[in-house]
Amino acid sequence: MSTHDNGHEAGHDVVVHDGDALPARFENPGFEKHHPRMGDLDEGANKKSERIVVGLFAISILGTLFFLIAYFAWPPGTNAASMRRSNVALGLGLAFALLGIGVAAIHWAKALMNDHEKAEERHEQRSDDETRAGAIEVLKDGAADSAIGRRGVLKGAMITALAVFPLPIVLALVGNIGEDWNIGQLKHTMWKKGTRLATDPLGRPVRAADVTIGSVWHIIPEGLEKQEHPLDEKAKAVVLLLRLDPRDIKREQGEGWSYDGIMAFSKICTHVGCPVALYEQQTHHLLCPCHQSTFDITDGAKVVFGPAKRPLPQLPITVDDEGYLVAQSDFHEPVGPSFWERLK
Amino acid sequence: MSTTAAPTRTERLAAGTADYLDQRTGLGAAVKTFARKIFPDHWSFLLGEIALYSFITLIISGIFLTMFFVPSMNETVYHGPWASLDGVQMSEAFASTLRLSFEVRGGLLMRQIHHWAALIFMAAIVTHMFRIFFTGAFRKPRELNWLVGFTLLILGLLAGFSGYSLPDDVLSGNGLRIADGVALAVPIIGTYASYLLFGGQFPGQDLIPRLFTVHILVVPGLILALIGLHLFFVVLHKHTQYPGSGRSNKNVVGYPLFPIYVAKAGGYFFLVFGVIALMGATMAINPVWNYGPFDPSPVSAGAQPDWYMLFLEGALRLMPGQAEVVIGGFTLSLNIIVPAMIVPGLLFTGLAIYPFLEAWVTGDNREHHLLDRPRNRPFRTAFGVSLLVAFFILVLAGSNDLIATHFHLSINDITWVFRFLLFLGPWFAFWVTKRVCLGLQRKDRELVLHGHETGRIVRFASGEYIEVHKPLDAHERWIRVQHDGIRPLEIEPAEDSRGVRRKGYRIDRVRQRISKVFYEDRVEPVTPAELAAAHSHGEHDALAAGDAHAEVTAGVGAGHASDHRDELAADARDH
Repeated sequence: MSTHDNGHEAGHDVVVHDGDALPARFENPGFEKHHPRMGDLDEGANKKSERIVVGLFAISILGTLFFLIAYFAWPPGTNAASMRRSNVALGLGLAFALLGIGVAAIHWAKALMNDHEKAEERHEQRSDDETRAGAIEVLKDGAADSAIGRRGVLKGAMITALAVFPLPIVLALVGNIGEDWNIGQLKHTMWKKGTRLATDPLGRPVRAADVTIGSVWHIIPEGLEKQEHPLDEKAKAVVLLLRLDPRDIKREQGEGWSYDGIMAFSKICTHVGCPVALYEQQTHHLLCPCHQSTFDITDGAKVVFGPAKRPLPQLPITVDDEGYLVAQSDFHEPVGPSFWERLK
Repeated sequence: MSTTAAPTRTERLAAGTADYLDQRTGLGAAVKTFARKIFPDHWSFLLGEIALYSFITLIISGIFLTMFFVPSMNETVYHGPWASLDGVQMSEAFASTLRLSFEVRGGLLMRQIHHWAALIFMAAIVTHMFRIFFTGAFRKPRELNWLVGFTLLILGLLAGFSGYSLPDDVLSGNGLRIADGVALAVPIIGTYASYLLFGGQFPGQDLIPRLFTVHILVVPGLILALIGLHLFFVVLHKHTQYPGSGRSNKNVVGYPLFPIYVAKAGGYFFLVFGVIALMGATMAINPVWNYGPFDPSPVSAGAQPDWYMLFLEGALRLMPGQAEVVIGGFTLSLNIIVPAMIVPGLLFTGLAIYPFLEAWVTGDNREHHLLDRPRNRPFRTAFGVSLLVAFFILVLAGSNDLIATHFHLSINDITWVFRFLLFLGPWFAFWVTKRVCLGLQRKDRELVLHGHETGRIVRFASGEYIEVHKPLDAHERWIRVQHDGIRPLEIEPAEDSRGVRRKGYRIDRVRQRISKVFYEDRVEPVTPAELAAAHSHGEHDALAAGDAHAEVTAGVGAGHASDHRDELAADARDH
């Protein structure tokens, strides 16, 4: 039951100022008059509404039939046009089947069903004091029956047992879920001294002579597809190869890491790891399309704008006896996004 | 239909079934209690229903999809009707998505329905949540249900993100790469979190099967259970209602469940499903065959996540990179931690705890079943709008590259503008919204005290002109005066009568200060005494239409000048 602290609500006891005839608050004026609908007054309008509802259900049935016919009549086929036709026909059939039912039911409710509002009483959520006392009583009885209060050791043993029993499951899960948990893998890629730079995705080695000034090459290490997990290796090892006019290069990350203006940078953004794939030829900027970190490759790929902090690591390269571009070593720092122990 | 007393065959069958069930379950009592349960009617109550029905649509279309989707990262070579990818190496997940789209009849439709339904599900959850927020429906006794709803929002985000990544296309793969980058940025345990997620290095072999289990079992199971709890609370508390004539805190006014809401809500399910089917039929979404299978190397420009993840993307884009620091050899990527964890953490925590904060500073422990008109709670409304503005600025920031290419603007300039807007926008929105709310409340007072302007200008015998105002009827007035005028908390003094410092005074001071921020600027509802006072000096309200006064046509400016005339008239009579 309600208590008096709800009492000043609308429609109930009205607080009166002392010495003043007017109440402190307005009173709820009670329900407004019901406005009859057209169909409540006119039998013809009522019949018309009924016919509309019947018509809407009929549209739904037609929609379903259309879907069934379309399913057999227009298979997806093998070209884009036939796939689109199949999808549109099936979808429209289903949509009409559903919308017909929906609109019919709602129109029925609004136009034909009794529209007189009804009121229901609310009660406070709180149980009354008697019930509360009763609840406490039964809990006390239960506790007394178990005598848990007097058996301290038993209680301790039970709580400990319950607390530690999930450990086997947690241990087995945590032990396996990260494979070998060898996080050192993040610090190395498959590039090593002498690995040839190959085109992505075909894997053809690149000759220094083929790299013209101003061109950009998407590079993978040769032999990538023979790795145990090629995608894992590729996710770390992809490289962008560019050739600048050597006079444009202001700074490199290491002495002799480029070959005649040809430079190789990790393609994995140092922000959160998207491939940095957009090259602006006029400004010599590399732009990450995900979060717009911008790197100036004439200046050691340092960040000139955006959310990344560190330059893209440079891969030291040279040429082998046959004129192919090869790595001098692995990257000198971990590639990709920062992580807690990256410098350890 | 039978007109005789003897029951028809159908009636006998129904009675028999009912008897069978009731003898075994006591179903009769439940039917008697719930069949005619009253629910109030308002369009804004349909937002939550959209969320529910789009979830059912998700389950129906989702079950269809699981029959054909292969959650595996094993490599395979595609051969099928989509010629441009013929012979391309890809994961089985991607290949099965192509088969599902091109070879399963109705498969593409179901995929598109599923994706559109997910977008609508999230949109409905967010708008429903803000309806609850702006009308104060989260107040006692519904705070726990607010938390249930809040958890559903988080689960919805999880369901969306895990499902979006399943086809293993290059676009969602880059989304996962970003998720990996964010996981790596977590201090101390970040690297292990990434390994835990991917089962080793990114991308690994485990992610798609793991996401599949999360997406079709764990998250939807939790969502279903919590929807059950959410609706149980609605029935337990009975639905809130907007204030109005005859509606009070102690009743619920509306229509019975059977038949009105069986028809309306049932019909509404078909309507929601139907609209989503229409979208699936006519609007292409996530055409993964154009993106290609996942490969860590390529990426497309102008790539956007689904709309509900855009705010995170925007936050990541806005944060300047200088924030990354190295402390004692350990890297702390504040340029990722702040936008991807701290900013959303603050937004979401603020949303989750708001009901408790508001109750605390209002000093309010009554039950509330009547909704607030947003204008009557200027601080809350302004706070909600500023949260939304912050959210939308982040969404726009997540689309800064598209804004740049569409409007030919510099991406750097846009980013800088958003960096400032993120701080100025919410503040400005708060200020404007609060002023608008207070203005609307004043307008309510004005209407109650002086009535509607009629545009009828009357000249008295003395030569005085007034505009006749039509008083509000009791129903019109009630909606404008029914609310409580809430004042800042008053606290007990720091020292009691014997000059001893009171315990808990300091926390009371904090509470009072926040309470002032909430309620210092306010407009109180009109009281009967104020209305009587307004009438006694403005008798023109009572002028009958047929009075023998000369009437002149009201000019355009008549409305503006009427207040002034009221005062003049009152002054004149005082002399």
